[in-house]
Amino acid sequence: MFELLSYGDAGWGDEILAGLAITMQLAIVTLPIGLLIGFVAAFASMSRHAGLRAIGFGYTTIMRGLPEILTLFVVYNGVGLLLNKLAVWWDPGGTNIEFSPFAAGVTALAMVFGAFAGEVLRGAFQSLDEGQMEAGRAIGMSPRKIFFRIRLPQVWRFALPGLGNLWINMLKDTALVSIIALDDLMRMTKVAVGVTKQPFTFYLLACLIYWALCVLSEVVLARMERGANRGIRRV
Amino acid sequence: MTAKLKLATALSTLAVAASLSTGAFAEALRLGTEGAYPPFNYIEADGKIAGFDVEIGQELCKRIGEECEVVAQDWDGIIPGLLANKYDFIIASMFITEERKKQVAFTDPYYLAAMTNVVPKGSDITEFTNEALADKVIGAQSGTTQADYIEATYPDADVRLYPTQDEVNLDMASGRIDMQVGDMLPMLDWTTKTEDGACCELAGEPITDPAFVGEGVGIALRQEDDELREKLNAALAEMRADGTYKTINDKYFNIDVYTMK
Amino acid sequence: MNPFDIVVEYWPRLLDGTLMTLKLTFLGAFFAALFSPGLALIRANTHPVAQAPLRLYISFMRGTPILGQLFLIYYGSGQFRPFLQDWGLWGFFRDPFNCALLAFALNSTAYQTEILRGGIMGVARGEIEAAKAIGMTRLQILRRVTFPHAYRIAWPALGNEIILLMKASALASVVTVFDIMGRTRQIFSRTFDFSIYLWAALIYLCITAIFVLLWRQGETRLSRHIGPRNTGRSILSPPEGPKP
Repeated sequence: MFELLSYGDAGWGDEILAGLAITMQLAIVTLPIGLLIGFVAAFASMSRHAGLRAIGFGYTTIMRGLPEILTLFVVYNGVGLLLNKLAVWWDPGGTNIEFSPFAAGVTALAMVFGAFAGEVLRGAFQSLDEGQMEAGRAIGMSPRKIFFRIRLPQVWRFALPGLGNLWINMLKDTALVSIIALDDLMRMTKVAVGVTKQPFTFYLLACLIYWALCVLSEVVLARMERGANRGIRRV
Repeated sequence: MTAKLKLATALSTLAVAASLSTGAFAEALRLGTEGAYPPFNYIEADGKIAGFDVEIGQELCKRIGEECEVVAQDWDGIIPGLLANKYDFIIASMFITEERKKQVAFTDPYYLAAMTNVVPKGSDITEFTNEALADKVIGAQSGTTQADYIEATYPDADVRLYPTQDEVNLDMASGRIDMQVGDMLPMLDWTTKTEDGACCELAGEPITDPAFVGEGVGIALRQEDDELREKLNAALAEMRADGTYKTINDKYFNIDVYTMK
Repeated sequence: MNPFDIVVEYWPRLLDGTLMTLKLTFLGAFFAALFSPGLALIRANTHPVAQAPLRLYISFMRGTPILGQLFLIYYGSGQFRPFLQDWGLWGFFRDPFNCALLAFALNSTAYQTEILRGGIMGVARGEIEAAKAIGMTRLQILRRVTFPHAYRIAWPALGNEIILLMKASALASVVTVFDIMGRTRQIFSRTFDFSIYLWAALIYLCITAIFVLLWRQGETRLSRHIGPRNTGRSILSPPEGPKP
């Protein structure tokens, strides 16, 4: 069995590692974009304008309520078509724009992550102690300073457990891109299964690798939580 | 905190930029295929896409003076991919059918094909009618003419559709499905040349009904790419005439698949 | 095809798919609900070392993608067919619906166990002590005090979990189960009309909306005898910070 997993032409070890690299790339690129969308969604949901609030609510409800695989298909099939129609309208006979499966994966995963993150961040912002903001205003801090020095660090502390959970879910959701032909870990496993006809071995291996990634993430997140909660006395 | 934040933002912007710059604009001629359909198109252990379809495609590209990039795409999304400009033509053992002609244009057929039933050795299935197969489980790859055939011919059976041919074969070998309908040549290849395919055998008459089999297997292009189509047709005729087709053909098959003799 | 023609032509298949999704989701949640109370008790009350196999199971289910679990059960069982046949289990694993249901039930059991554990640990000690003081047996305490309270506390989170299960059920299409997603992909592979995906999205959103409404009704009925819930803790609320 171990020759199957070895490096080089005979074994699948290197293909699976290559798939793992793509999985990690996908997750790492999605994270900042997802967080950005999350902040935007949170601010929209907390805005004074009813219209913005409606948009925020609508976005988070829809993105949280749809199966991720459906969102992925819609983005993968729909955005490609849309981009192409735009490109043809802009410059008929010109160059083609390719919306790669990687871009589709990042977009779909970030949109979903952003919707859930928006709710976590909103909860965090709304749990802040208004007294601290007042104190900041009383000593003459500008709104910008208040935001970056008082609000944000505490939002970070409050939101970290929720965001950490979302990160782990996103790691697992990257497996879905295997269905749209992106050569991530799950897909390379599928290819290996197709050739070696040993589904149990390879799918178990894939599951174990994802499990290891998630456990590792949990360890790192626990550390970050301890760091973020430094100096806080539990009442 | 802020220094770390700045570093994190910088790194992530770089990562995003790096991933977006690759594959944003493409210029060379691109060949789309599935990569999961031996012996016509499959992915080798080292990751290269190979097979009869790919060789014919690359030979055609050479003759029209272009370097071809081979792109693999899942069967379900292969036509949408063409329409979304992910590649310029599809050479993936796609049958020419009226239904498909509504979406894409085809070149002249580059080989003829038929479909066949496949059953496990020692199976008790002898008749291939809707009544005889009423409670049987029949499988095929989704989005193919075989799938259309099963749904039309055996409405009372339990139909299963799979994303790839491999998965149909896997379930056939493990006994989950009682019968499958597949392309003649790949099924012949599977049942006679592979270890897991030895479980099963072809059965019944070959299915050559043009309503499902169409006019043969062709190369699909976007409907507006007339020029490319003419070039490919001309190159194909050249290949037939000067024997290159035969060389590639004989690597994979014992009969001439262009005429099925 | 215009977006409405496609629904007119294919609505029977979509209805079929919807029923299949509902079956998968609610049967999966039901089986999970059968096993999770017992497992949650084990998680809440026994020694950490004794819980190790259970914690391993829960960690595995929560740490691996559902797609992987599905493939493992469906194709993995195919690989072990002779072995399963000897044990008379092949009839079960042969059907893709059963495999998908098994995967979802196993997955949901793990999550529901953790959610219920949170609920059980949230029951006020004072109430349990009072119950003991008036002479209730262990079983009576569980039945009359612990679990009703635990379920009330866990109710919103359980509802969330069922919605997540329904979203996960869309993956059953990858192992040939014709749920909403499966039918949608089938229709798309014939027509290449993008609008079918939007209809599928609409169906999922409707199911979710109706479910959320009913579930919240359930919560109101469960808490009839209690005042309105205070701004208590929910999954999303952060830990309490310092007060000035």
